[in-house]
Amino acid sequence: MKAFGKLFRTTAFKLSLAYLVLFSIGAMLVLASVGGRAKQVLDEQIGETVEAELRGLAEQYSEGGIRQLALAVERRARAPGSAIYLVTTYTGEFVAGNIATQPSMAQGETGLSDTLYQRRGDPAEEPRRHPALARLFVLPGGFRLIVGHDVEDHRILRGILERALGVSLFWLVLVGTLGGLFVAHRVLERVEAMSDSARRIMGGDLDERLPVSGSGDELDRLAANFNAMLTRIDELMSGLREVSDNIAHDLKTPLTRLRNRAEEALGDGKSQEDQRAALAAIIDESDGLIRIFNALLMIARAEAGCCSDQLCAFDAREVAHDIVEIYEPVAEEQGATLIFSGDRDLQVYGSRELLGQAVVNLVDNALKYGRNGESPQVRVTANCVGERVEIAVADHGPGVPAEDRERIVGRFVRLENSRSRPGSGLGLSLAAAVAHLHHGALRLEDNAPGLRVVVSLPSLRPGVVPLARAAE
Amino acid sequence: MSNMRILIIEDDLEAAAYLVKAFREQGHVADHAADGLDGYAAAQEKDYDVLIVDRMLPKMDGLSLISGLREQKIETPALILSALGQVDDRVKGLRAGGDDYLPKPYAFSELLARVEVLSRRRTNGGARSEETVYRVGDLELDRLAHKVSVAGQEITLQPREFRLLEYLMKHAGQVVTRTMLLEHVWDYHFDPQTNVIDVHISRLRAKIDKGRETPLLHTIRGAGYMIREGVR
Repeated sequence: MKAFGKLFRTTAFKLSLAYLVLFSIGAMLVLASVGGRAKQVLDEQIGETVEAELRGLAEQYSEGGIRQLALAVERRARAPGSAIYLVTTYTGEFVAGNIATQPSMAQGETGLSDTLYQRRGDPAEEPRRHPALARLFVLPGGFRLIVGHDVEDHRILRGILERALGVSLFWLVLVGTLGGLFVAHRVLERVEAMSDSARRIMGGDLDERLPVSGSGDELDRLAANFNAMLTRIDELMSGLREVSDNIAHDLKTPLTRLRNRAEEALGDGKSQEDQRAALAAIIDESDGLIRIFNALLMIARAEAGCCSDQLCAFDAREVAHDIVEIYEPVAEEQGATLIFSGDRDLQVYGSRELLGQAVVNLVDNALKYGRNGESPQVRVTANCVGERVEIAVADHGPGVPAEDRERIVGRFVRLENSRSRPGSGLGLSLAAAVAHLHHGALRLEDNAPGLRVVVSLPSLRPGVVPLARAAE
Repeated sequence: MSNMRILIIEDDLEAAAYLVKAFREQGHVADHAADGLDGYAAAQEKDYDVLIVDRMLPKMDGLSLISGLREQKIETPALILSALGQVDDRVKGLRAGGDDYLPKPYAFSELLARVEVLSRRRTNGGARSEETVYRVGDLELDRLAHKVSVAGQEITLQPREFRLLEYLMKHAGQVVTRTMLLEHVWDYHFDPQTNVIDVHISRLRAKIDKGRETPLLHTIRGAGYMIREGVR
């Protein structure tokens, strides 16, 4: 019963029911109007025939008096057909014709009128009255002439038609209702299947997908889109899982070192000096951990597109130049050269801090991994390329193979040969997140030899509303 | 460094207890208020040198507390601690009337250095920033003429080196941390990853402490740097 209630409440059933009612009303209206019109046409035809006969008979009367009229009437009455004739005296006595009694017609009535009459051959004991359309004509001399047309056949036909209409309406409603229920049942079945799948997915079976029947209808397209969405969520989830796996792995190492140092410091026979050194090392290690978390938080913030109150227009050249200046002594100490060149006034809209951090990461990477030979050189450029501002950091190191370039942007991803050097594997991820925050992109290119990393940002020219500000 | 009176407004009791203890060990007076309203009342009643205000507080959040005090013309320097994992909205904090901003987690040495700078700013009444010539021992920095001399001998510094020395000398006798230097000399608040600041300092040191028996520019292990005369 509950299942039936569900069926009746479905949209498909309600829709088919509504169509059914509308269609029935429409059909009835059409049939009624066609029927009415047909009757009208038939009645007019009868009227014309009766008129013509009356005129003919009246002519006979005026030519040859009542005798000739009676003869003409008798002749016509014998002919097969549904025409009826009657001639009476003014008192109503029968003179000629094919009907028994004078139909109940008002005296002096001139138009065609509906009436009932009795046939002459009918047995007198059980008089049956037949419907007819007839007209009364009073002849000069008081004779009455009635000419009409039997319409019993019409009436019967009409009855048959009405019954047929009723029966077909009944079948229409029955078939329509059953059909509606059938369609509703089929739709309901598929929706139920989808709901079941959705419940299973919510229950934790993330590999489950919504059923697709293959018919390509709207429900199928909906299901296909939901499945695509689920696949995307699945990808993101596994990405997240990978990141957390990496976090766990990359944090375990420094935490283990931290623990070992603390244990060592607690060991017997340690001088105060040793203990102090161990504690200092522990603090350094903790700072490294905090740094990793800060970088993660910063990536999350840049990816979430936050800190809107810190966004402003600034000169990207200044930022690149500042960073080069900060790093120049470091590079020199490492025996490397850091060169800057760039165009003037490269206005962009965004976070100066985050862009600075991104460039720091790139320069730091270049100095760390971009060495090859005795005097490594890192070149930082800031240029206007069309409508974009591009800050590039290029080195002449071993570079990154083309197939790895996309991968190393991921969080905690480090190429195997760089594992031995300090670093968190977050530098490029942060740079990429910052580029995205600025509606830009991070590109890794072959510097032949070496690696060239480009941060490409939309340029802010005077009068152009920056994307980020327009979105606020 | 003379004793400071510090009010710590922090709802994390464990963190607050640690701070109170650490500041007291340094010889300072530290009080604690556990929520925004208590903190607001305490800051109004007593005369503190520095307020340390957590950003997220029960009853009244840190930013409202500070802007409330500023409206009352209470200008006690305030350092805002960001909530852990919160967005780093330094700008909002400074706009509300905060004087410095430190995101959690932080090193106590960093907090101490910043609090000392804030407190000094108050007790000196900003006098130091009015001076046009800073002197530490025989080191002299003329802010207007952009000249630096050691024992009367002028030495040439890069513009950034000049600003670095200027900041250190402005806070002579106080610890300045690496992040403070990055903030005030280069105007960036990020993590410099490597020891970039150390390299700049050692370059500066090579110029001002060359051939000196007792250096002026000291590295304070685990904290930062300090410029001062003589040995402690």
